[in-house]
Amino acid sequence: MSSKPDFVYVTFIRTTPERLWTALTTPEFIRQYWFGMHCESDWKPGSPWKLVFADGRLADAGEIVEADPPQRLVIKWRNEWNAEMRAEGYSLCTFQIESVPDASRQAVKLSITHAIERTESKFIEAVSGGWPRIISNLKSLLETGSVVLPPKAA
Amino acid sequence: MIDIHKFRPTMVYTIYIASTPEKVWEALTSAEFSRKYFFGNALEVDPRVGGAYVVRQPDGSVHINGEVVECEPPRKLTVTFNVNWPALIEKLGPTLVSYEIEPAGEVVRLTVTEAHDRPIEDDILSGGRQGWPAILSSLKSLMETGQALSIKMEPPQKMLAALKRLGIQTP
Repeated sequence: MSSKPDFVYVTFIRTTPERLWTALTTPEFIRQYWFGMHCESDWKPGSPWKLVFADGRLADAGEIVEADPPQRLVIKWRNEWNAEMRAEGYSLCTFQIESVPDASRQAVKLSITHAIERTESKFIEAVSGGWPRIISNLKSLLETGSVVLPPKAA
Repeated sequence: MIDIHKFRPTMVYTIYIASTPEKVWEALTSAEFSRKYFFGNALEVDPRVGGAYVVRQPDGSVHINGEVVECEPPRKLTVTFNVNWPALIEKLGPTLVSYEIEPAGEVVRLTVTEAHDRPIEDDILSGGRQGWPAILSSLKSLMETGQALSIKMEPPQKMLAALKRLGIQTP
């Protein structure tokens, strides 16, 4: 049994793998479900990656490790704005997108694993609260056209 | 009577749903609703402490057998949630599932926790870890779009193999 504090979140969304990949990698889309924040990257392996607050301040930064659209995205990811979390070093965030058979229309399974090589992590604890909010918003946006949590509730 | 303090969480799943606590409570305790999001299974709950909590498969057979431990509508429902396979409780102890429904602004934060009173192998826990996200994602889609997801789930092979090793018969 792992003693590492990995955070794993699985969700099923009525959408296509391509649409989900676009939602995960397009700044205009990201702002809608990620409480005004957005990501900057060209999404190619080895390229830099940034997560930016609505006011332009840097939140988190890192690098694209793997990008295999529309199935798999792996980001090396470190918090930049909080000294204690920054000192924990880089985490690895893996997005896995799989088509699943759905009786009516196509659905996808999105699996997010956010891991760090430490036995305890304030950063993983923080993202454990954040991911369900962001992904619930993403699912509602793709399925209904609106997010579930309003933009200011970060 | 179950002592809930002896139980430790093995899975915690949080999801935000654009609905009201009352509607989410109804969805989590109603046979008609559950058939739509819970793989065709019907939830039959007697909503009082000590009341029965049963999940019945489409063919009428009992899949999950349990009892209500805490019942505070529309906020909290805690039940024993035991798959109806011979020797399961004897070998693994009861499973406790709690549903916490909290307002989050105008919407609902639903937190489902699965807990056990003794260490359980990851392979066995993999069944619930696979099932709950599918059930709860489908519930969210049902409440927000009027249509549940009907995901075709593969049987949890690792869990079934681990149960077999422990001598627990599965269908």
